[in-house]
Amino acid sequence: MTDAQLDRADSRVRHDEGLSGALRAFIDRVRSGDLGMLPVLIGLALITLVFSTLNPVFLAPNNLVNLLFDAAAIGLISLGVVCVLLLGEIDLSIGSMSGLSSALVGVLWVNSGLPMMVAIVGAVLAGAAVGAVYGVLRNKFEMPSFVATLAGLLGLQLYLLGSTGSINLPYTSPLVKFGQILIMPAWLSYLAAILPGAFMLYSGLKTMQRRRAANLFSPGLSVLLVKAGVITVALLACVAYLEQGRGVPYMFGVFTLFVVALDYALRRTHWGRSMFAVGGNAEAARRSGISVKKIRLSAFMLCSSLAALGGVFAASRLASASQQAGTGDVNLNAIAAAVIGGTSLFGGRGSAWSALLGIIVIQAISNGLTLLNLSSSLRYMITGAVLAIAVIVDSLARRSRASHGRA
Amino acid sequence: MQKGDLILKLRGVTKQFGAVTALQDIELDVHAGEVVALVGDNGAGKSTLIKTLAGVHQPTSGSIEWCGKPVTLDSPGTALELGIATVFQDLALCENLDVVANLFLGHELNPWALDEVEMEVRAWTLLQELAARIPSVRKPIASLSGGQRQTVAIARSLLLDPKIIMLDEPTAALGVAQTAEVLNLIERVRDRGHGVILISHNMEDVRAVADRIVVLRLGQNNGVFTAETSHQDLVAAITGATDNSVSRRMARKLGEPA
Repeated sequence: MTDAQLDRADSRVRHDEGLSGALRAFIDRVRSGDLGMLPVLIGLALITLVFSTLNPVFLAPNNLVNLLFDAAAIGLISLGVVCVLLLGEIDLSIGSMSGLSSALVGVLWVNSGLPMMVAIVGAVLAGAAVGAVYGVLRNKFEMPSFVATLAGLLGLQLYLLGSTGSINLPYTSPLVKFGQILIMPAWLSYLAAILPGAFMLYSGLKTMQRRRAANLFSPGLSVLLVKAGVITVALLACVAYLEQGRGVPYMFGVFTLFVVALDYALRRTHWGRSMFAVGGNAEAARRSGISVKKIRLSAFMLCSSLAALGGVFAASRLASASQQAGTGDVNLNAIAAAVIGGTSLFGGRGSAWSALLGIIVIQAISNGLTLLNLSSSLRYMITGAVLAIAVIVDSLARRSRASHGRA
Repeated sequence: MQKGDLILKLRGVTKQFGAVTALQDIELDVHAGEVVALVGDNGAGKSTLIKTLAGVHQPTSGSIEWCGKPVTLDSPGTALELGIATVFQDLALCENLDVVANLFLGHELNPWALDEVEMEVRAWTLLQELAARIPSVRKPIASLSGGQRQTVAIARSLLLDPKIIMLDEPTAALGVAQTAEVLNLIERVRDRGHGVILISHNMEDVRAVADRIVVLRLGQNNGVFTAETSHQDLVAAITGATDNSVSRRMARKLGEPA
């Protein structure tokens, strides 16, 4: 490494190179309060330890397959919550929206006989419309989003289900199969486990080449190889374990695809950069020529649409659309998942992956408590406590980052 | 655009905030390749004028001409598109984003697949041109000092190759060497044919680089001066009286036995 590199000219900065350097930088980050995925991993380890001791069934492959089935619907809702949290906004009506969308699917598809896909698209469009209303209320009337969406929480009621209050979806339909039995073939699951590492390696090598050509520093090949290797081995181990049971649900695969797409959009596009900018400093974003109102509108619409799609997933999981859909702990779980996964309530920090990791934590807790035959009120209390702890960790980490001069 | 061409022409610009008239009948010309300093006491309307030109505030009345054509600056985006770049006193940086992201905010290269490598190279090149001492462009703004943030803010305004760049108190937070660098930078920008509007309370800095000094007082024009104008005359125009607190203090100092 020569000093001629553009970004290595300042002698005051310690440059972390190679594997040990990467490790040192990581420890520095954690110490200053930039915790990243660490709380989730620790939380998951604790949960696994506790529940598998109390009931060994918890770790059985088929129980974990069920866990993934259950995680997909609320995970999708949580993905939308990440979008609004990034702006420092909130949507409290996601549960009601998901319930409304499952009711719409029931009414349009089963009762009115429209094609299934038309009903699903209709439900998602209804979600987008509700999100647009929140966006307009926020932009035009400066209505705090928690009030607008709280109104939505009460306002989005399911009268359209009629007097019985529930519509059963046909068991043989592809939608219900998708929610209850469809499993990815083994080869596809293994392929999906290898792809992230392979892509990481490919894009990492390409970036390295470009940075070298542009006379910029690039972290060594060893760091890249270790990262890609760890991810590939971990994912392969997970898939191999799940394959001992039924395998990886398609539902979870589709959810993961959404996570990957949103992750790309947030990190690598102008839109995503604008989301972080608006969440960090809306006035600065406005002065840079970013249309803050459009960004807000897009976030609310995306959130409600994803909540609607999550509602469709939930209906397919339960094979029915009922007035109970989207009530109870759906709101709490979806918001808690995003926060536990590391998306800040204060805006400007977070990632799409926090929805996936967070929902696995939440679902693991809920699944473990169900296995212990605990009542649902106790389950709510424990989930509530976990959310409180996650928010405390978020606040403390934020304070620590501020005192260490990090964002 | 030739050097000396009129870029920006303000006539009768008035801005009212409710009962308060912040700007009244302001006239201002900015030509290509000149530095216009805007001076005045606190509350003279300098920042309001800058914000009006940046599209943050809309004038209550009056006309703004850009290269001979009347324009409406109804949003910061419009002002940027025309070629008016602004460095605000509060810098307007996103603390949660790194230096590269802040430099290119709103104008990222390749919006559907951000070109991070190219953006980083351009960031370093630009910062080196400004002789800026930024330790790393991949650190969030929150970790930079006040002077470094100022440098990032000025660098950002230059990225879009604007016709006019407006600097609101650019040297207020800077050390001696960095102030000199910014003044050098202002001259370099002027020599490239851009118009520069500079707001400063520091008469030394103003006289060092300004071709014309426009004085505002209580929201109105109060004369146009050149760098040769004496300090006393400038202060008199700014405060509105030859007998002012600055001159009285000077007289007292001179009167005291050495």
